Amino acid sequence: MDPYKRLQLARKNGRPSGRYYIENLLTDFVELHGDRRFGDDPAIMAGVGLLCGHPVTVIAHEKGGDIRDKAHRNFGSANPEGYRKALRQMKLAEKFHRPVLCIVDTAGAFAGMGAEERGQGQAIAENLMEMMTLKTPIVSVFVGEGGSGGALALAVADEVWMLENAVYSVISPEGCASILWKDASKVKEACACLKMTAEDLLDMGVIEKIIPETQPETICETLKAQIDMTFRELSALSPEERCERRYRRFRRLGVFGE
Amino acid sequence: MLNKMNFKKNRNQLEGYNQALETSAPSVPDALFTKCPECGRTTLTAELAENELVCPKCGYHIRIPARSRLLALCDEGTFQEWDAGLFSKDPLSFPGYAAKVKGSRLKTRENSAVVTGEGKLAGMDCAFFAMEGQFMMGSMGSVVGEKVTRVFERAAERGLPVIGFTVSGGARMQEGILSLMQMAKTSGAVKRHSDAGLLYVTVLTNPTTGGVTASFAMEGDIILAEPGALVGFAGPRVIEQTMRQKLPKGFQSAEFLMEKGFLDGVVPRSEMKETLTTILRLHKGGSSYGSV
Repeated sequence: MDPYKRLQLARKNGRPSGRYYIENLLTDFVELHGDRRFGDDPAIMAGVGLLCGHPVTVIAHEKGGDIRDKAHRNFGSANPEGYRKALRQMKLAEKFHRPVLCIVDTAGAFAGMGAEERGQGQAIAENLMEMMTLKTPIVSVFVGEGGSGGALALAVADEVWMLENAVYSVISPEGCASILWKDASKVKEACACLKMTAEDLLDMGVIEKIIPETQPETICETLKAQIDMTFRELSALSPEERCERRYRRFRRLGVFGE
Repeated sequence: MLNKMNFKKNRNQLEGYNQALETSAPSVPDALFTKCPECGRTTLTAELAENELVCPKCGYHIRIPARSRLLALCDEGTFQEWDAGLFSKDPLSFPGYAAKVKGSRLKTRENSAVVTGEGKLAGMDCAFFAMEGQFMMGSMGSVVGEKVTRVFERAAERGLPVIGFTVSGGARMQEGILSLMQMAKTSGAVKRHSDAGLLYVTVLTNPTTGGVTASFAMEGDIILAEPGALVGFAGPRVIEQTMRQKLPKGFQSAEFLMEKGFLDGVVPRSEMKETLTTILRLHKGGSSYGSV
């Protein structure tokens, strides 16, 4: 399928976002709010629940359902307090020895005045650093859009998976088109250049797995079984081994001459 | 010939800044006067060089090439470069990328958008990196990510502090997702260096934005900035588009970040060497009280 069609599917109105996966992957979910610094960011949902009977921490972008909910959740574009809430939950997961599941679905971190005033760059940077040495297993699943640093801030993980029609990119195709051709409407061309589909990323070794998109219920069943299995495998390693593997996972990425 | 220029030993600070002038004002390399890009007023080129490329009229800090900055900062003759030979490939066969890299290499006489190495500051050993703003706007692709990562890995191995100067438009779009991955890679290396109990000082210079702000620029134990430097995650134009309003004057300036609590200090270029030296000295060798 051409990359532009994938982008449209990834962004399609009504496509399940974070909350759907929380509700369908976990039981006994308790949502936990706030970053204890500034506020609670509805663009990121977080909490604890049971996955196949095991307590896990889940952190998910949620784009929102109807238009009011979408506005409330800022269309899934988090402010710094969202990333700080996520980090707080990860630290709790570490304390209580439970793995972390991240569900990524965002066009990107919010580019607003408040976000800048409260240190959007610093908040993302801190997550990247802290996730790299978090002692518990982390799996990140991209279910829709994966926009740049705002997506990566929930994706410094032991394994990163993508749904078949999810995308993951360093810049939005609109942004890329306006820089390259001074024309934001050339999205189609930009999509092809950026290599942002799940297949592209698997080829480049940036993700471990593509989850085929069948019916939403079937996707959740597949995901649940595979996440459970991966958490078991990762839990068999010592925290030091896991952190070393995670470091190596990212350390090898990059193409250059020497 | 060009390469030779790169490795030419600078005999003194001024020579470093003269080379800086040539690159930042390529159209008038030998002009008697230089025009300030901020206030538009002209200054004797020699006077500007003596003033470390800070406009004597308005205080504007003109961009300095990475290499000149490090040569001027380190004790004379102590800077030794690391990984000078790393160069960009074109992993995505991205339209126009190869030509852009080539153009930047010619313009800056550098192989990449960052110069790294080790040197001495008032006799103290330190690892350094300085980003090159004229090389594709200091954007971070695989080479910048790899070189910065190696700085922290090597510094951790050898117990050295790191001082880094940032200037960047963000992640390098032309290397796609691999550029984004450099944010995680460099952050991991910074974390390991930090966990080894070693000092990392960043100096943010104009402009530092995007993926560099959201990774190693903001990860210093101590974060300084040059006066007036623009520092942010999203660029001002992007924010104006999202908010549909003009940004107030000074929004995202170093002084603004300082006020919001994201910087330890705004340090004029004339005081930078002394400030960094003092910070290094204060962190040398742990506590004199024994284990506290």
